Amino acid sequence: MSYIAKPKVTHPGMPKNKLGLTARDYEGTVSTLCAGCGHDSITAAIIQAVFELGVKPHMLAKMSGIGCSSKTPAYFVSQSHGFNSVHGRMPSVTTGANAANRDLMYIGVSGDGDSLSIGVGQFVHAIRRNLNMCYVIENNGVYGLTKGQFSASADIGSKPKKGEPNKQEPIDPVSTALSLGATYIARSFSGDKEQLVPLIKGALMHRGFALLDIVSPCVTFNDHEGSTKSYAHTREFYYPVVDMDYVPPAEEIKAAYVKGEVMPLVLHDGSTIVLRKVADDYDLTNRAHAFKYLRDHFDKGEICTGLLYLDESRAEMNELMGSIDTPLSHVPLDALHPGSQELKKLQSRYR
Amino acid sequence: MKPTDTSNPDYFHKVVDCQWGCPAHTDVPAYIRMIAQGEFSDAYMENRKSNVFPGILGRVCDRPCEPACRRGRVEDKPVAICRLKRVAADHRDDITARLPKAPDKSNGKKVALIGAGCASLTVANDLAPLGYEVTVFEAMKTTGGLMRTNIPQFRLPPKVLDEEIGYILDMNVDLKLNHPIESLKSLLDENFDAVFVGTGAPRGKNLELPGRYDSDRIHIGIDWLESVAFEHVKSIGKKVLIIGVGNTAMDCCRTSLRIGADNVKVMARKPRGFFKASAWELEDAEEENVEILVNHSPKEFVIENGKLTGMKFELMEYKVDDNGRIDRGTSVGEKIIPCDDVVLAIGQDNAFPWIERDIGIEFDQWDCPVVNEKTMMCGREGVFFGGDSAFGPKNIIWAVEHGHQAAISMHRYCQGEDIEDRLPDGMNLASQKMGMHEWSFSNNYDGAPRRLMPHVDLKERFKKIDIEVELGFTAEQAMQEVERCLNCDIQTVFTADLCIECDACMDICPVNCLTITHNGEEDDLRTRLRAPAENHEQALYVSAELPQTGRVMIKDEDLCVHCSLCAERCPTGAWDMQKSTLLVPYAKDEISDESAQPLAGASA
Ligand SMILES: Cc1cc2nc3c(=O)[nH]c(=O)nc-3n(C[C@H](O)[C@H](O)[C@H](O)COP(=O)(O)OP(=O)(O)OC[C@H]3O[C@@H](n4cnc5c(N)ncnc54)[C@H](O)[C@@H]3O)c2cc1C
Ligand SMILES: Cc1ncc(C[n+]2csc(CCOP(=O)(O)OP(=O)(O)O)c2C)c(N)n1
Ligand code: SF4
Ligand code: SF4
Ligand code: SF4
Ligand SMILES: [Mg+2]
Repeated sequence: MSYIAKPKVTHPGMPKNKLGLTARDYEGTVSTLCAGCGHDSITAAIIQAVFELGVKPHMLAKMSGIGCSSKTPAYFVSQSHGFNSVHGRMPSVTTGANAANRDLMYIGVSGDGDSLSIGVGQFVHAIRRNLNMCYVIENNGVYGLTKGQFSASADIGSKPKKGEPNKQEPIDPVSTALSLGATYIARSFSGDKEQLVPLIKGALMHRGFALLDIVSPCVTFNDHEGSTKSYAHTREFYYPVVDMDYVPPAEEIKAAYVKGEVMPLVLHDGSTIVLRKVADDYDLTNRAHAFKYLRDHFDKGEICTGLLYLDESRAEMNELMGSIDTPLSHVPLDALHPGSQELKKLQSRYR
Repeated sequence: MKPTDTSNPDYFHKVVDCQWGCPAHTDVPAYIRMIAQGEFSDAYMENRKSNVFPGILGRVCDRPCEPACRRGRVEDKPVAICRLKRVAADHRDDITARLPKAPDKSNGKKVALIGAGCASLTVANDLAPLGYEVTVFEAMKTTGGLMRTNIPQFRLPPKVLDEEIGYILDMNVDLKLNHPIESLKSLLDENFDAVFVGTGAPRGKNLELPGRYDSDRIHIGIDWLESVAFEHVKSIGKKVLIIGVGNTAMDCCRTSLRIGADNVKVMARKPRGFFKASAWELEDAEEENVEILVNHSPKEFVIENGKLTGMKFELMEYKVDDNGRIDRGTSVGEKIIPCDDVVLAIGQDNAFPWIERDIGIEFDQWDCPVVNEKTMMCGREGVFFGGDSAFGPKNIIWAVEHGHQAAISMHRYCQGEDIEDRLPDGMNLASQKMGMHEWSFSNNYDGAPRRLMPHVDLKERFKKIDIEVELGFTAEQAMQEVERCLNCDIQTVFTADLCIECDACMDICPVNCLTITHNGEEDDLRTRLRAPAENHEQALYVSAELPQTGRVMIKDEDLCVHCSLCAERCPTGAWDMQKSTLLVPYAKDEISDESAQPLAGASA
């Protein structure tokens, strides 16, 4: 929290995107989170990603629940739509919004408490539906907003600032999403924007449920020694598996990759994801293999990061439902509301 | 790159672009903050410390600080540094009690200063309070040198000159007017312990073209301005051509308009962009409807029946290469422009007919004495030069700085100390944090554009020759203008050990100054920063390796607006905002004098 707002002055040499906007045009109000919070860094990565993609602000919807993490949509893209819902209920609100308007790009920002503690039921069903959205979990292992109680993602043995270490099994959002059939699964770290920004771009452009589990240290309640979600611990056990770049449609892929083979994956809109495998023994298209690989490394205390699973073939929710393309707000009222006679006809079909 | 060595006072000094750009290193942001607090007398004294003539310089300084000012890179226009200096002078209270005084007792040493221009006066200002018996020899009937004889009164009122020169003469300075020195040799034979030559560059350049000596209506600019100042010349013809487009030309054209001319043309050999005059002097002349004709190279004076009727010019065309260099041009035609008078304003030369060539002073091919740039001493021990006399025509603020340096040397010389072994600059740093989000200075960025100086009405101003055109800022203007200063002396200071690489500072910085990345060579690093770092004049501040990843924190000093947000957002205090104070030694600080103390913070 600062007393002055970030001044409007900008570097005269700032790049502009295809809409003629600079990254500064995608900012929101100044953050009220603790100085040094990982969440703020993720906010900056989201701003960079939507700037680079050239997202039209009015075509973006920011969805969230409750928590420090859930506050952050206020800090990016002020000119977009947003819905700050009840604790843990962001997935169902987004489901409704997405059913009503498929044209918008949905980004949900949640916390480990919001998604894995109170909201775990909502979270898993959103995955099952393959809701077309980018779902960000800003994972700090604690309830930051309520002063640092352990959340459902706290690791066994992780020490709190005061009191006893955690003894319960953590819920790992990545393996949960893998088992439920999410179609774009990644893990990253608020302190690694080089990896994070392309992952967010890919997640926004992916058709279907894209999960980003982002380790995001809570500087105030969970950045001490003995915490497994601190800056220092995350860096020490950081284990990049697959790095990626997002290449928009019609842009040439520059073959400047040194390590690992280049395996471009084409997304539904013609854009490409270019992978740079850091670990040669990883296959991000094989669910069973990925599951075992991640578990083995988790057992060694390592934090696997990068794009961990991708499947472009599965239909997203609206396609599965066969609902209409047009946003409901664009459907004429008489078509949208055909009257009680039509309703009766419909009901009679199921008698 | 190696971690930046911030213990060298030059590093943080250079961040304060205006102060670095000022030859006398005036602490600009410090005095601007004093003005902001309404402490005009303090602001005046802060200025006087380094530039000696705040009232004069607040009007007519060449202001190298302004093109250097960071604000001019962040947006179009620099802070009106010079005009704010005048605000300090205009609104000061009586500061006579705060001026340095000559002690009751002489220190037994005598110094002679030749010329009563700004260079000599600065030497007197620095040495008289130390007990020196100072004698100033001036050829003319009055003090001030070119400031009085050449800078027109509509830019610099005599009252301002008298007041600030008076402060110095009042320190028991023995002023001998109408006393030209005609032989340096005989002066050296008198028993002075040191001699300072501050005689300026008194010879206006001539233009040897056909017809030059066939009319008395062809004038040498600086001599003509002097005649106007002393009221020997009170009128000029209706149509006047000024040859040359430097600052002297600007004063000549504007003076002409005040003594009878109604059609004044400034004739430039080259196109715009290659003029010597400062942008603001050109603006002021053009505001008075002076016409500037480009690409006219003078060829001959046209004399008909013994009378000057015009001047013939070659019309030129130039090529400018990719680096902005202009060629010598080719003539594509000729043109005669009618006129009644021509004023030559094409530069000045040094001339020392009164200095014997056999007294150990070496002269170069341009007839300039060979002078050491640091000590200001020439080949003859005990003889020092400064101002225009030392290295050719410059400006007032350079003459002042030369005066300070010469005074240090003269002091050391008279005390029998090595003049090379001077005190180095020092630097103090002090945190400005007052609370969680509170700083001791106005850290928010104020987007207000530069205030415009109000001028006397275009009809009014020509009525008399001494109507000062610039009115000075109003109180409201001054209060708005001070907020434009970015407080560049409040430095961002980094402690690598404390950084946890959370990126908070990088993300909040409005101008993307900060980057955490892997180290490399400077050229490579400059391509990997978060905003283009193409201004190689501005340093990259490179940290030691960061504890968690071994990467480095890099700050491109170019566009920092000193908003303190990096320091506010840093959870560990790795960034702090610290005020740098440059400690510039003057003669009074030199250790040889018992009463003087070594400078605090000065590093050997
Ligand atoms: C038309 C014009 C306009 C200018 N405008 C500006 C401006 O706006 N801002 C700016 O910063 N600078 C300006 N300058 C430059 C500035 O005036 C000079 O750089 C500055 O005055 C130099 O100071 P000085 O003390 O070295 O010499 P001067 O000011 O030249 O003083 C030298 C003094 O020495 C005296 N003298 C010379 N020979 C002898 C001798 N043998 N014995 C005794 N006395 C002697 C002279 O009479 C004179 O009084 C201008 C110059 C000109 C010509
Ligand atoms: C229904 C309901 N139960 C409990 C709370 C109290 N509460 C607010 S935020 C929060 C936890 C947030 O944790 P997380 O989602 O991890 O967010 P963080 O602050 O750590 O980013 C809780 C329990 C609430 N606001 N609403
Ligand atoms: S902004 Fe202020 S401190 Fe910075 S260079 Fe300009 S006048 Fe000097
Ligand atoms: S003070 Fe800090 S945040 Fe502000 S412009 Fe300078 S580097 Fe950026
Ligand atoms: S805010 Fe502080 S701790 Fe965080 S990266 Fe910047 S300097 Fe380091
Ligand atoms: Mg949390």
